[in-house]
Amino acid sequence: MDGYIIGTIIKAILVLAIISALAGFGTYIERKILAFMQRRLGPTHVGPYGLLQIAADGIKLFTKEDFIPQGANRIIFMVAPIITAATAFIALAAVPLFPEFEIFGIKVQPIVSDLNIGLLFVIAMMGLGLYGPLLAGMAQDNKWGLIGSARTAIQFLSYEVVTGLSLLAPVMMVGSLSLIDFNNYQAGGIGNWIVWSQPVAFILFLISGFAETNRTPFDLLEHEAEIISGYATEYSGMRWGMFFIGEYTNMITIGFLASLVFLGGFNPMGFIPGGIAIILKVSFLFFLMLWVRASWPHVRPDQLMWLCWKVLMPIAVINILITGIVLMV
Amino acid sequence: MIENFKDRNVGVQHYRFLKLEPTPTTKMGKFKRFLRRTFKLELFVGLKVTFREMIKALFFGEMHTVKYPLEKLPISPRFRAIHQMLRLLESGHYRCIGCGLCEKICISDCIRMDTRYDENQRKEVVEYTINFGRCIFCGYCAEVCPELAIVHGQRYEVATEQRASYALFEDMLTPIDQLKNQKEYPGFGAPSPNADENIKKTPLAY
Repeated sequence: MDGYIIGTIIKAILVLAIISALAGFGTYIERKILAFMQRRLGPTHVGPYGLLQIAADGIKLFTKEDFIPQGANRIIFMVAPIITAATAFIALAAVPLFPEFEIFGIKVQPIVSDLNIGLLFVIAMMGLGLYGPLLAGMAQDNKWGLIGSARTAIQFLSYEVVTGLSLLAPVMMVGSLSLIDFNNYQAGGIGNWIVWSQPVAFILFLISGFAETNRTPFDLLEHEAEIISGYATEYSGMRWGMFFIGEYTNMITIGFLASLVFLGGFNPMGFIPGGIAIILKVSFLFFLMLWVRASWPHVRPDQLMWLCWKVLMPIAVINILITGIVLMV
Repeated sequence: MIENFKDRNVGVQHYRFLKLEPTPTTKMGKFKRFLRRTFKLELFVGLKVTFREMIKALFFGEMHTVKYPLEKLPISPRFRAIHQMLRLLESGHYRCIGCGLCEKICISDCIRMDTRYDENQRKEVVEYTINFGRCIFCGYCAEVCPELAIVHGQRYEVATEQRASYALFEDMLTPIDQLKNQKEYPGFGAPSPNADENIKKTPLAY
């Protein structure tokens, strides 16, 4: 029992440290990839290939003045970014990151806690993370922030339905909410991936995943060209940084969710071992998010609502119906 | 590359009209357009374009970025930057004959020169300064110079700590050891490339 507690603490600290470092690295990758797609160079001057730009940005964020506007609700203003960052990491607790491996003769399961409601927990935590922008926008006494938080609300109401319904069909097929069960269900090779039997659900989940992480086709809450910086208008320094660590962590979480639920998880892919396979899948999904940001314009709030309620939700319901009929027969 | 800068007819070269379909007015037409756009997968065409641009930039050397202080774009040879005083190629003596035309024509009064007769009774330039705080780089001095002695060079980075920074004659004069690298200025005042063809014989009989 002692070993279990210590192991869990070590795993939690490792996940926190590695994923937050990866989130910082994600900003560098994003700037580089976007630059290449626009035929620019991106950051080049700080360190080799501009790699130390992350450190420079981190130093800047940490040493900036922690500024709270006069008319703001101080407590909510200070708590809001912590909600975003914390829920993003809590969501990762139920996500199995790698296959089991052995180190110093101890069998390690690289999941902080194998909940039997894993998928539901992750989705709930990521949904809870939207309280960050919502409260931040309302607490900061700024009109752009208020518009940003209003958009958070409508975005939340729109995509969350689609997320849940699109994941329902795979859940019906697997018969469990634990992500490890999802992984084991697809153990038989590439042909067994759920994406082949549920392509519609996969596309729906990707679309709502973009909305969930505020990525570009749906980045309504902080679209610079329209509402300055949305909910983050009055934020600076590390509080602003926490929003972005949360956002990039959510991107990684969505990448892991999509690969675990639809793309075969950490099962070995031919000659590629499972651990490498899932890293490849998550990297590709992360790249896809940047690729889409470089290519597509973003939609209006009313278009997002139209898309989610009038197009995606009926498709998701029909998908569930057909899955149910096939499962019954 | 320089040809692109010389060509001033920017409106007609590489543009082509997009084949845009007319906007549908009926509901059926709108529905048909919706279906066509959905199943044509136009979104993936957008993805393809950005990916192609990335491959071109990374592997085929079509990056747009110019690392400015380290590399510079070529500028037009007619660009009018900081002045240069040229030398005669044969003797290495400066070309300026001290006629004072540039001082006279300068509309912002930034050129001052002082001359005297030397021992051979030739004009010699004693002092020659240009006040670059006043100079508007209009190019009249280069145009009026009968000897092509004062021309505009290519040094366009002219940030300075002082409002009025003067340049002396020696600062602008081609260094004597750089004489073989001295280039003729093709801008105002220079003979045009087809100058020989334009010359007509002076009629002798009226």
